[in-house]
Amino acid sequence: MHRSGELYGQFETMDQQRESASLGMWVFLVTEVLFFGGMFMTYTLNRSTYPDVFGEASRSINLTLGAVNTVVLIGSSLTMAMAVWAAQVGKTRLVTFFLIATLILGTVFLGIKGVEYHEKFVEHHVPGLDFNFELGASPATNAHAQLFFSLYFAMTGLHALHMIIGAGLLLWLIKESLRGRFTASYNTPVENVGLYWHFVDIVWIFLFPLLYLIDRH
Amino acid sequence: MAVENGLPREHYLNATYGIRSWLLTTDHKRIAMLYLASVTFFFFIGGTFASMIRIHLLTPNGYLVSPETYNKLFTMHGVAMIFFFLIPSIPAVLGNFLIPLMIGAKDLAFPKINLLSWYIYVVGGCFVLYSFSTGGLDTGWTFYTPLSSVYSNSAVTPAVIGIFINGFSSILTGLNFIVTIHTMRAPGMTWFRLPLFVWAHYATSIIFILGTPVIAITLLLVGLERMFHLGFFNPALGGDPILFQHLFWFYSHPAVYIMILPAMGVISEIIPTFARKPIFGYSFIAGSSIAIAVIGFFVWAHHMFLTGESVYAALTFSLLSYLVAIPSAVKVFNWTSTLYKGSISFDTPMLYALGFIGLFLIGGLTGLFLACLGLDIHIHDTYFVVAHFHYIMVGGAVMGYVGGLHYWWPKITGRLYPEFLARIAAVTLFIGFNLTFFPQFILGYMGMPRRYSSYPPEFQALNVMSTAGASILALGYLLPMVYLIWSMRYGQVAGRNPWPATGLEWQTDSPPLTENFDVTPEVTWEAYDFANRPDLGLDVPGAPVHAHGDD
Amino acid sequence: MSEHHIVSPKIYLSIFAALMVCTALTVYAATVDLNQYFRGLNVIVALAIATLKASLVVLFFMHGKYSPKRTQLIIVCSVFWLAIMLFMTMSDYVSRAWL
Repeated sequence: MHRSGELYGQFETMDQQRESASLGMWVFLVTEVLFFGGMFMTYTLNRSTYPDVFGEASRSINLTLGAVNTVVLIGSSLTMAMAVWAAQVGKTRLVTFFLIATLILGTVFLGIKGVEYHEKFVEHHVPGLDFNFELGASPATNAHAQLFFSLYFAMTGLHALHMIIGAGLLLWLIKESLRGRFTASYNTPVENVGLYWHFVDIVWIFLFPLLYLIDRH
Repeated sequence: MAVENGLPREHYLNATYGIRSWLLTTDHKRIAMLYLASVTFFFFIGGTFASMIRIHLLTPNGYLVSPETYNKLFTMHGVAMIFFFLIPSIPAVLGNFLIPLMIGAKDLAFPKINLLSWYIYVVGGCFVLYSFSTGGLDTGWTFYTPLSSVYSNSAVTPAVIGIFINGFSSILTGLNFIVTIHTMRAPGMTWFRLPLFVWAHYATSIIFILGTPVIAITLLLVGLERMFHLGFFNPALGGDPILFQHLFWFYSHPAVYIMILPAMGVISEIIPTFARKPIFGYSFIAGSSIAIAVIGFFVWAHHMFLTGESVYAALTFSLLSYLVAIPSAVKVFNWTSTLYKGSISFDTPMLYALGFIGLFLIGGLTGLFLACLGLDIHIHDTYFVVAHFHYIMVGGAVMGYVGGLHYWWPKITGRLYPEFLARIAAVTLFIGFNLTFFPQFILGYMGMPRRYSSYPPEFQALNVMSTAGASILALGYLLPMVYLIWSMRYGQVAGRNPWPATGLEWQTDSPPLTENFDVTPEVTWEAYDFANRPDLGLDVPGAPVHAHGDD
Repeated sequence: MSEHHIVSPKIYLSIFAALMVCTALTVYAATVDLNQYFRGLNVIVALAIATLKASLVVLFFMHGKYSPKRTQLIIVCSVFWLAIMLFMTMSDYVSRAWL
C-alpha cells in the first residue's frame, strides 16, 4: 500500500501524478452530472405534466428544515474550501480542523434529512409504505402525488448516499491529516475530495428549489 | 532483452506465477487477458442463445421452445452480447493491452482502478447469470416499460442490478483511458502522432463517460419501480413509458458507437500495415471519430419513430441520423484511399479489415434506410432492423475484434497463429455471416416481424438459409478459438515486429515486459510513416536511400 | 501542469455570503406569485438563482476560474450534455401539440 505523497510506479513525475488525479476526479464528476441528470429529466417531465399536484405535494414538505440544510451544506463547502487553503499555505493543524468541521456539518445535514424522512413516514407520504397523500384525495391525485414523493425520496436518497460516501472519504482524509500528511507541496487528496464534496453541494443547490419551492405562494 | 528459444526470457506472462499474481495484478496487459477470458465466456453464452433461436426458426411454428421461452432467448442473447461482450470487447481487451504501449507509457493512469473495473464486470455478470438461471428474462434487451417494470414475471430485478453494476466497469475504463491519453503520453508523442486506434478509444471513452451513467440511473429507476410499485414509467400510475424510452435510448444509441468506434480504430491500424502506406487523411479519421461520438448523442429518438413522438421531433432526429453517417463515410473513403496504390498483402488481419469495410458499408447504408421516416414505418420492428444491426455489430464490430486479436496476437503471446488455417477461418466467417444475415434483409422487407416466435410459411426458405448460414458462422468462430489456443504453445515465434508495422507497441518485445519499455521512448516520427522508418527494413517508395537502390 | 493559484479565505467568505443571500432570495421569490407576469417565471427565477449559486461554487470553491482550459471545457461539456438530454426530450413532448 502506497503512503500518500509517494510517486506511484506508472507515473514519471509527481506533477504527472497530480495532474492525472485531478483530471480523473473531474471526469468522474462528469459521470455524476449525467447520473443525477437522468433523474432531473424524470422530474422535469413529471412536474410539467402534473404542475398542480406537484405544487401541493411540495408544500407538504418541511421548508424550514430544507432551508436550514441548504445553509448547513453550503457552509460545509466553505469549510472544505478552507481545508484546501490551509493545506496550500502549510497550516497542517488547521487542515484537520476544517476537515472535521466539514464532516460535522455533513453529519448535521444527514441528521436533519433523517428528521424530514421520519416526518414524511408519519404522514404516509412514503411510496410503497402505506402511501396516502391526504384524506379524500382522488386516486389520480394520489398517484401523481406519489410520483412527486417517489422522486423526492429517490433524488434526496441518492444525494444522501453520496454524502455518506463523502463522509467516509472525509474520515479517511482526517486520519491522514492527523499524521501531518497534507502540506503545501502535497495536498491532492484534499483538493480532489473537495471537488467531490462541492459537486454534492451543487446537486443540493438544484434539489432545494425544485423540490421545496415549487409553489409557496 | 535476453532471449530464449526466440522468446524473451522475461515478459509479462511469466514475470510472476500463481493465481494470486493474476487475480491481484495491476498490469494492464494481464487485466486485458482477464477480460479476454470473461468476454469470451459471455460470447459463448450469447452464442448459445443465438443457436437456439436459429434452430427454433427453422420451421414456421417453431416447436423447439414455447413463445414465452422464445422471448427469453432473444432477450438473453441481446443482454449477454451487448452488455457483456460487444461493449467491453475491444476496449477492455485490446484497448487495455495496447494503449499504454502505443503511447509509450508503463501502464494506464490508474492500474488499480483498471483491476477494479474487471471485478465490477464479473460481479455484474454474476447477477445477470443469476437472472438467466432463475426464470430468465423476457423483456427484450431494451427493457421497455411497463412490461419490465410491472408486468413481466421473469427475473428482471437481478438483471437490471447486474447491468447497472456492469455500467461502472465501462465508466471506470473510459475514465482511465481519457486520463491516460491526456497525461501519460511519452515525450514527442503529440496528439497528432497518436495511432488512430488511440483516437478511436478516446472518442469511445467520451461516450462511456457521458452515456453510461444515464442507463445506470434509468435501470435503477426501473428496479425501484418494480420493487416498490412506483409509477415513473407506468401509465396506470400516471407515469410515462415513452420517458423510459427517451432515457434508455439516450445511452443505448451512443452505445452502438461504443461498439463500432474501437473496431474502426483496429481497421485504421491494420490497413496501413498491409498496404505498406500511411493512412490517407489521418486528421480526418481522427476528427471523424470525435464527430461520431458527439453527433451520436443527438440521434437517439430514431428508435422511437413509431411511438407517437412528435412529428417535429421525428423529423429532427431523422435529419441528424443522416448527418451522423457522414463521418463514418469519411472513414470508409479514407481507408479505401489508403488501399489505392498500396502494396497490399492478404494476411488474415487484412482479410478481416477488408471484410469489415464491405459489411460495415452495407450495415451503415441500411441504417439510412431506417432513418428515413416514411420507410421506417414499414420496416421498423422487422428483420430488416435485425439484419442492419447484425451487419454492423457482427460484420463490423466482431470482425474488427477478431481481426485485431489476430493482428496483435504475436505481440500478446509472442507467437504467430497458423496463417493458412486462419485465412480459411476468415473466409468461412465471411461466407457464414452473409448467408445468415442477408436473407434477413429480404425477410424484413417482406414484412417478417422481429421478436416473433412463429412466422408465415412463405418465409421458411429464407429462414432455413439463415440458420444454415449460422452454422457456418459458428464454425468460423470456433476455428480461431482452437488454433489461437494451439498457437500459444506451438505457434512460430513472432519476434518484435512480424508484419512489420510502425507503432510504438511493435518496438517492444513480444510478449512485452511487465513495465513495457526498458527506457521511456522519445517519439520523433509521425504515425504510419513507412517511408521514414529504415529500421523496418521495408522497400517503400520515397524511403531514404536503400543499399540496393530504389524504384 | 499543476494548479498553484491559492484562493484567499476572504474570497471564500464573500462567496459564502453571496450564496446565503441567493438562498434567502430564492426562498422569498417562491412566496411571490411571479407567474402572473409571465408564465413559468417562478421556475425560471428559481433555476436562474440556482444556476448562479452553482456557478459560484464551481468557479471559486472548485477553483474553476483558476483551472486550465481543459478543465473548463470538461465543465462546460457536462452541462451541455445534460442540456441536450433535457432539451431534446422535452421538445418531443412540447411539440406533439403543434400538429
